Amino acid sequence: MPFYEAIRLALQTIRAQKLKSFFSVIGVFIGVTFLIAAVSIVNGMNRYMTDKFAATIVGVNTFQLRHRPNVGFNVPDSVWRSWRRRPRITFADADAVTKGITVPGVLTSWFSEDQGTVEYGGKIAKGIDLQGAGADYFTIKNLNIAEGRPFSPQEAKAGIPVAVIGFDVADKLLAGQDPIGKTIKIQGLPYTVIGVIERQGTMLGMSLDKFVVAPATSPIQRDVNPPHVVDALMVKAGTIPDMNLAMDQVEGIMRARRHLRPNQDDNFALETSAAVLDWWSGISRLMFYFGPGIVMISLVVGGIVIMNIMLMAVAERTREIGVRKSLGAKRKDIMRQFLAEAITLSTVGAAAGIAFGIVLSLLIQAFTPLAAQVAPWSVAVGVLLGSVVGVVFGTLPASRASKLDPITALRQE
Amino acid sequence: MTHQEFVTGDTPLPDIVILTHKLAREYIMGTETVRALRGVSLQIRRNEYVAVMGPSGSGKSTFMNLIGCLDTPSAGEYWLNGQKVSDLGDDDLARIRNKEIGFVFQTFNLLPRADALHNVELPLVYAGMRAADRKKRATDALARVGLADRMHHRPNELSGGQRQRVAIARALVNNPSILLADEPTGNLDSVTSSEIMDVFRGLHQQGQTVVMVTHEPDIAANADRVVTLRDGLIHTDQKQAA
Repeated sequence: MPFYEAIRLALQTIRAQKLKSFFSVIGVFIGVTFLIAAVSIVNGMNRYMTDKFAATIVGVNTFQLRHRPNVGFNVPDSVWRSWRRRPRITFADADAVTKGITVPGVLTSWFSEDQGTVEYGGKIAKGIDLQGAGADYFTIKNLNIAEGRPFSPQEAKAGIPVAVIGFDVADKLLAGQDPIGKTIKIQGLPYTVIGVIERQGTMLGMSLDKFVVAPATSPIQRDVNPPHVVDALMVKAGTIPDMNLAMDQVEGIMRARRHLRPNQDDNFALETSAAVLDWWSGISRLMFYFGPGIVMISLVVGGIVIMNIMLMAVAERTREIGVRKSLGAKRKDIMRQFLAEAITLSTVGAAAGIAFGIVLSLLIQAFTPLAAQVAPWSVAVGVLLGSVVGVVFGTLPASRASKLDPITALRQE
Repeated sequence: MTHQEFVTGDTPLPDIVILTHKLAREYIMGTETVRALRGVSLQIRRNEYVAVMGPSGSGKSTFMNLIGCLDTPSAGEYWLNGQKVSDLGDDDLARIRNKEIGFVFQTFNLLPRADALHNVELPLVYAGMRAADRKKRATDALARVGLADRMHHRPNELSGGQRQRVAIARALVNNPSILLADEPTGNLDSVTSSEIMDVFRGLHQQGQTVVMVTHEPDIAANADRVVTLRDGLIHTDQKQAA
């Protein structure tokens, strides 16, 4: 009997016993659903981290000079304490570095931030990200102006109290009005709104539009940092090699300024998007440790359920096996029939798991802050695992069926 | 019956479909050895209609299983259609059952979930025939037993007589050398029984070799020749007028 006949027969049997078949494949179904959904989340988050998160936090071809890394995964306390003891980056440091970089086409910007309150006309917006920055900040972070204009290098240098505001801030405080030229209060001090940034959307469920940017030397400096200190100096190069070159230069300048001896470590950090990705890969590695375990356990359980169902089926259909043998079925025909049934059963379970896993990923993508994107390889692995479970756990029942003596089998009631 | 005496080493004559020579079958039951058949020598010609009778325990079921290639003898020879099958292995026996033997059982033994057509197709599936050819052959076979209009009925939608006709169609679909019936009317009322006997009679008249195991004398009366077994040996073997 050709294999496709066996599969057709198996599908008929499954169709005839829908409920039983459903319960028998539920283990495989859950295992494969989990596989698809978990891989989708890791995959989606990976892509998200690479494409958006890292670029948003740090920027493309960009590094930040900071006194300590901004993101960390599993940082030991002792390291953390040593970071806290490091000297901060001063205005003078930032100036010296800016002047010292000779790589062409490099943009720099001071950058400091903290949370604070913004008011306008009796309305208050709390928990706004207050940012002090240089004029090139908007270019470095690729922030497009929706209305008005960014502040100029002259305004930045002079510390004029002007502000470029995020979409949410404009929406909350200045809904229905032209925001340009209005005077808002940041931490109680007045600033003139000169621009609104294009809507940025959300990241991991948090709005990226709740911020205001003012020149780093404007009065906002007192709200975000101690005097004459910046959180970071952002440096953006045209290409990755240029960025690496600039990083070397910045490291040299800073070590000279800090009078570090050759055997001393840097007491500052140069953070690129790679650092952010390291932090994420630490988390995703955990999922790759535990994920396969959970998938395996449910597949083994699912396989054992299928094996039991198949053993029952062989017992119930002993007479059918006898009839088939009397009509000329060889051992391998019977073997193939029951193996095909087990494989079809587990593959149908896996297919349902794949379908449900994909739906689940789409729901996660649509309704939660997590990113999820189905990885094609996980679908292939799902199908493969389904059929492997069928082969592994279908062999024993199928071989038992094939070895039945036709006379005994025919005599069974 | 006057058959040429067969000795080991001979080959049966071409018109002998079934030849058994000192066929014996023993079973080990615990510590006891049951000698179900003790040396049955029998020759059946092409287009004979033979009834095998005997009380229970006479060995007729064992004989039937051996003739049907469902079992292998402990000793002796069995030649089917010119081929010695008594020493073949499992898969070869399966092939012989498929090509040479058409079974009709007392309990019909149709697959309950398959319709009549598919039941009749089954031997052809195992013969490896293409689906289109299979369907045509099965349809013809069902038409031959008068069930052309019941092809897509499942067994539980058919009467007992109709079920047995489906089983007969299934037995015939591969053009077997022998039609082997085990108590074919055992589960049928007398009217239906005689209908089925008419079908057998018709098949025999078309040239089919029929071997029928029964314990009912009036059913056996349909056959041309009646072989009676007793205690694992042939007791009587006589031709009778149809």
